[in-house]
Amino acid sequence: MTENLQLNSDGKLKHFLTIEGLDKALLTEILDTAESFAGMSEQQVKKVPLLRGKTIVNLFFENSTRTRTTFELAAIRLSADVINMNIATSATSKGESLLDTIRNLEAMFVDMFVVRHATSGAAHFIAQHTAPHVSVINAGDGQHSHPTQAMLDMFTIRQIKKEFAPLRVAIIGDILHSRVARSQILALNTLGAAEIRVIAPKTLLPAHVETLGVNVFHDLTEGLKDIDVVIMLRLQKERMTSALLPSESEYFKCFGLTPAKLKIAKPDAIVMHPGPINRGVEIDTRVADGPQSVILQQVSNGIAVRMAVMSMAMQARGNG
Amino acid sequence: MNNTPLQIPALLSTLENSLIETISERKLSNPLMIGIRTGGVWIAERLHQRLNFEEPLGLLDISFYRDDFSQIGVHPNVKPSQLPTTIEGRDIILIDDVFYTGRTIRAALNEIFDYGRPNQVVLAVLIERDGRQIPLKPDCYGARISLEANQRIKLTGPEPLSIYIQSMNEAA
Repeated sequence: MTENLQLNSDGKLKHFLTIEGLDKALLTEILDTAESFAGMSEQQVKKVPLLRGKTIVNLFFENSTRTRTTFELAAIRLSADVINMNIATSATSKGESLLDTIRNLEAMFVDMFVVRHATSGAAHFIAQHTAPHVSVINAGDGQHSHPTQAMLDMFTIRQIKKEFAPLRVAIIGDILHSRVARSQILALNTLGAAEIRVIAPKTLLPAHVETLGVNVFHDLTEGLKDIDVVIMLRLQKERMTSALLPSESEYFKCFGLTPAKLKIAKPDAIVMHPGPINRGVEIDTRVADGPQSVILQQVSNGIAVRMAVMSMAMQARGNG
Repeated sequence: MNNTPLQIPALLSTLENSLIETISERKLSNPLMIGIRTGGVWIAERLHQRLNFEEPLGLLDISFYRDDFSQIGVHPNVKPSQLPTTIEGRDIILIDDVFYTGRTIRAALNEIFDYGRPNQVVLAVLIERDGRQIPLKPDCYGARISLEANQRIKLTGPEPLSIYIQSMNEAA
């Protein structure tokens, strides 16, 4: 159901809800299209008329700075009209009220929803119930999925490392609460990375995480050996409902990425982080701002990847 | 139809002469040459050399300005356009390989005008064929030919540059 919902009858990406069910060819098409848009940032005029006359609503039920801003900028650079709606809502008011919101916005002739919601499955729910001519892009749903973040990470990795096949990638930190990690693991496996490791304390790993196709480490020093790409995750304190950690300083001591720890990885390893970073909690300032960090490059690439996904979905709508 | 009389050197010479005449007639001053990717750039590179232009060639990729986006979508691997810092007030020579419907030129003009307001734009193409769909036409051409609706002019390059006519059923 999930897979079919995302694709139109020609197999084109109509909604972008999850990496799950998308094949290597489609993920590569997203990366190649994003490459075209990335080139635009070298131009004096950074705006093209592709989506002129289209209306995009950024529907953010959960706070976001980077993601919302880059989605907005992506829409503007494609010449779409974009409206940002920041809707603070409680998790319990999901069902009918969410549907009502959607119906009302549809009545304003919207072409695309970009949705962030604290509840897993919210974007799917909207895609299932929205009018057939409307595309839905998932900008993060609960602990489930954040596909555009994963794709901009893949784009950044490909930009620097060229190929996925030889790469050993370590994802470090709060895997349990991370929709980003889940999407990254799916994307890396689909694109054929040699090895994916997750490095975290037992309390911050989901049960049966190894079934996702990853090797599990609980020791940072051990897990960083031979690594090409280091992905740090933010400690999601706002999602922690129970005492999963003794203290932040204890966490930093064991799992924080310091210059000394980074030396264990390959000398040309890159350091990534989806942001926002907690300096001194999961990552040392010297690493975050150091020469191996590509954190700001990830942000720039976010615009190109979101332009790619938006233009692909807008085009596939018509043939759905 | 495959044994065509189209010869690149002859076409380029005719186009060059016509362009020299137009530059003088239209009083183009310090013109900027811009080629449209991909075939137009190949032609422009040759004319740029023949006419001894000093300023580097401008490169235009009109993929994002096409009017058939909703039908065919975005092509992956579009190259960025490279235009000089100032378009404002410039005299521009726009080069393409084949002029057919005119839609490519419409897209190219829109992109150029997004960068500024040129003083004049002159359009030079290697071949003008019939099938115009909008009110634009080239100022200079290497040859003007009539073809069946299912026929296309195909340019291959950049080295060697060659040209032939294919029927659509062959192309598939």
